[in-house]
Amino acid sequence: MVFTWPVKTPIKAYKEKIPPRETLVTRVRIIDTFFPIVKGGTYCIPGPFGSGKTVLQQIISRYAEIDIVVIAACGERAGEVVETLREFPNLIDPRTGKSLMERTIIICNTSSMPVAAREASVYTAATLAEYYRQMGLNVLLLADSTSRWAQAMREVSGRLEEIPGEEAYPAYLESHIASFYERAGKVRLMNGEEASLTIGGTVSPAGGNFEEPVTQATLKVVGVFHGLSRDRANARRFPSIDPLESWSKYSSFIPKDLIDLARDVLFKGNEVSQMMKVVGEEGTAIEDFIIYLKSELLDSIYLQQNAFDKVDAETPVQRQEYVFSKVVGILKARFPFKDKDKARAFFYSLRQLFIDWNYKSWDSSDFRDHEKIIDNFINQQSNDEKGI
Amino acid sequence: MKKVYSKILSIAGNVITVRAKDVAYEELAEVSTQQGKSLAQVIKLDNDLVFLQVFAGTRGVSTQDEVRFLGHPMQVVFSDNMLGRIFNGSGQPLDKGPQLTENLIEIKGPAVNPAKRIIPRNMVRTNIPMIDVFNSLVESQKLPIFSVSGEPYNELLARIALQAEVDMIILGGIGLKYDQYMFFRDTLEEGGALNRSIFFIHTASDPIVEGIVVPDLCLAVAEGFALKNKRVLVLLTDMANFCDALKEISITMEQVPSNRGYPGDLYSQLAARYEKAVDFEGAGSITTLSVTTMPGDDVTHPIPDNTGYITEGQFYLRGGRIEPFGSLSRLKQLVNKKTREDHRAIMDDMIQLYAQFREAREKRSMGFRMSQWDKKLLKYGAMFEEQMMDLSVNISLEEALDNGWRILSDCFLPEETGFRTELIRKFWPDK
Repeated sequence: MVFTWPVKTPIKAYKEKIPPRETLVTRVRIIDTFFPIVKGGTYCIPGPFGSGKTVLQQIISRYAEIDIVVIAACGERAGEVVETLREFPNLIDPRTGKSLMERTIIICNTSSMPVAAREASVYTAATLAEYYRQMGLNVLLLADSTSRWAQAMREVSGRLEEIPGEEAYPAYLESHIASFYERAGKVRLMNGEEASLTIGGTVSPAGGNFEEPVTQATLKVVGVFHGLSRDRANARRFPSIDPLESWSKYSSFIPKDLIDLARDVLFKGNEVSQMMKVVGEEGTAIEDFIIYLKSELLDSIYLQQNAFDKVDAETPVQRQEYVFSKVVGILKARFPFKDKDKARAFFYSLRQLFIDWNYKSWDSSDFRDHEKIIDNFINQQSNDEKGI
Repeated sequence: MKKVYSKILSIAGNVITVRAKDVAYEELAEVSTQQGKSLAQVIKLDNDLVFLQVFAGTRGVSTQDEVRFLGHPMQVVFSDNMLGRIFNGSGQPLDKGPQLTENLIEIKGPAVNPAKRIIPRNMVRTNIPMIDVFNSLVESQKLPIFSVSGEPYNELLARIALQAEVDMIILGGIGLKYDQYMFFRDTLEEGGALNRSIFFIHTASDPIVEGIVVPDLCLAVAEGFALKNKRVLVLLTDMANFCDALKEISITMEQVPSNRGYPGDLYSQLAARYEKAVDFEGAGSITTLSVTTMPGDDVTHPIPDNTGYITEGQFYLRGGRIEPFGSLSRLKQLVNKKTREDHRAIMDDMIQLYAQFREAREKRSMGFRMSQWDKKLLKYGAMFEEQMMDLSVNISLEEALDNGWRILSDCFLPEETGFRTELIRKFWPDK
C-alpha cells in the first residue's frame, strides 16, 4: 500500500488540536528538570559551531521516551549521520526491546548534496512524521539544522532573482519557519485516540549571534529555547545549554517552587561571580561566596552531564526527582563557614562525591552506599562547624 | 571534428561570451590569443549564449580570437608518477619534470554517500600535545586551522605534514605567496617527505580561477590514492583566498550577494570540498587539514563562520600557540576512548582548570589579592602553557598524558581537580 502526499501541505486528518501538557522525557537533566519539552510541543537549540548542538540532538534521539524519531539531517556533515546509521541498529530500545533503528527514520541531505532537495527535506520529514502520528503514535521530529534549510531557501531564491530581504534571506522566511513549526502539536484523531508530533530544530546562527533572522523568526514560534553558549562549551561544561538565558513555556515533573529556588541560586551565584571579578574575592562577603559555591556545585553535579558515560548519559525520571531533591536540600542548607578556603574545600569535596555518585547505576547497592557516604560527609561537616 | 568559434560577443571581467551549440555546463574550452593558449570553463548557459571563465584572464583577448570546445570538463592526471611533483592550478607541471598525460580523471565528483561511510576510528598521531591530547586528529576528519595573517600557520602545517602518521601528503596552495611555496618545498624536502607528496600550487600572481580549481584537483587525486589503500593527508592553505576568489567570480556573474558580498552558496561550495574527507571501508582515507585566516581575527566573518559549521572541530592558532578553547570536535571522542583510559578525563579537566586560570590571571592583572586557590591556578597555568601549549613541545601522546598528571599533582590536591576517584587512585603520581 502506498500513499503519496505533497510534502509542503500539512496532514490535517484529525478531529482537533489539543494543548500539549505531558512532558517528553529526554533523560537529559538540564532539559527535563529546568527546560522541559512536551509531547506535541516545539523547541529550538540555537548555538554557535562547536557548542554541541549535534551531540545534544543525538542524545535526545537516543534516549527520548517516544515512539518514533524522524531525523532530518539537513545540510550538516555526513559523518554525523554515519554514527546514527551504524550505531542505532546495534542499540536496544529499552522500552520495546527492539533495535533503536526500528523507531528511527533519517532524511539525509548532508551539506554536499543538492540544495533544492535540502529545501524540501524538512518538509519530507514532517510529512513522514505526520503519517506516523496518524497511526496514534507520539513522534519526535529533529531538524538539524534549520539554518541550512533557511540558507537553501536563500540560495534558491537568489537563483530565482527574487528581491532579497534581511541578510539576503527571502522575505517569506519568517512565515515559512512559522508554518513549519506549526505542524507540531498534540491532536485527537478521528477515532478519539490522542497522538502527537513534537518538532525540535537546531539553529546555527552566523557567528553565534542570536540577533539574526533565522534565530529570531524561530524564537517567535517555539515553546522552548535551549540556548547553547560558547563560554560554557569552552569551559567544557556540557550540555552547554545556558541555564540563565534559556526558557521553557512548559512545566516540568519537578515542583515549580524547587526549580525556582535552584534557578534563584544560579542567578545569584552568577551575580556574585560577576561582582567578584570587580571587587575580588576578598571584597566578597562569606554568605555571598557560599551562594556562589552552591551555584557552582549545582552546575557541576546536576546541570552538567557526561554524554559519553553509560550511566551518566541518561537519567530517568525517578532518579532526577530523587537526586534533585537531595541537591535542593544542600542548596537550602545553611553552612556557617568562617573562612572561604574552608568553604571552598568543603564544596569541592562534595562535588567530587556527587560526581562519583552520578556514575553509579540507579537504585543499585553502590548507589545507596555512596549516598550514605555523602550524607555522612555533610553531617560530619555540620558537626565540625558546631564544635568551633 | 570540433568546431572553432571566432566571434567573441562580450568580455566582462574574466568572462567571455560566445554563441555556440551542443555545449555542456562546466565543459572546458581553449581560447587562443596572441599571447598563447588558455583554458576556459563554461560557467553559465543561456539558450545558445555560452559564458566562459578564462583561466589566464581576459587581458589581451580580442573579439576575433578563437574558442575551441574540448568536449569534457576539467580533468587531472592520476598516476603514481605524480609523487614528488609540483603542478599549477591547471594541472600543468611547475617543476622542470615531464608533462604527464596518462590516465585523466574528472574532478569535482560527488562526495561519498553517508550510508557507505564508516565511523572514524583511527587517530592520526602528530606528537604535538595540543593536538594529540586535547583535540586528536582523526583519520577522515576535516579540520581547519583558524588563524590570523602573520601567525606561523604554514609552519605548523608543514610540521604536521612531516610528523603525521600518513602514507602521503597532497598540498594545495591557494593564493600562496611565492616564498611560502618555496618554504613548503624546502621543508618537506629536508624532512625527506617530498617523495611522498604532491603539490598543486596556485600563487598569488596566478589567474584567480585556477585558485578555485586547486582544492578540486587535490581532492580528486587524493580520492584516487585513497581508493588504492593509501591514507592521504590533504593540506589546503589558505581557504580564505578560495572564498575570496568565489566572491570575485560570483559578483562578476552578477549573482545576488548574501553576506558581505560573498555568494549565497558559499556554504554549499565549501561543503562540496570539505565533505570529500572520508574513510573508505577496506581501503584508504582522506583527511583534510586546511588553513583559514580570519579577516580581522573575527570568527563571525562569513568565511570562518561557514567553515566552522562544515568542519569537524577547529584549531585556533593565536600568538604562536594552539588555543585549548573553541576546538570542540565530536570525532576525537570516537578515538580517545581507545588510547588510554585517562585521556578524556585529562583532556576535559586540564582545560576546565586552564579556563579558571585565565580568570585568575584576569583578576591578578586588575590588582586583586590572590587567594590560595588563585595562586595554585597561576602556577598551574604557567606550567601548562610552558609544558603543553608551546608549539616546540614534541612528545608522544602517552608522555604528554603522564606529563599532564605530573603538572596537576605539582599544583593541586587530588580532590581539587574533579577527577573520578578511580582515575586518581590509578594515575595520581605518588609524592
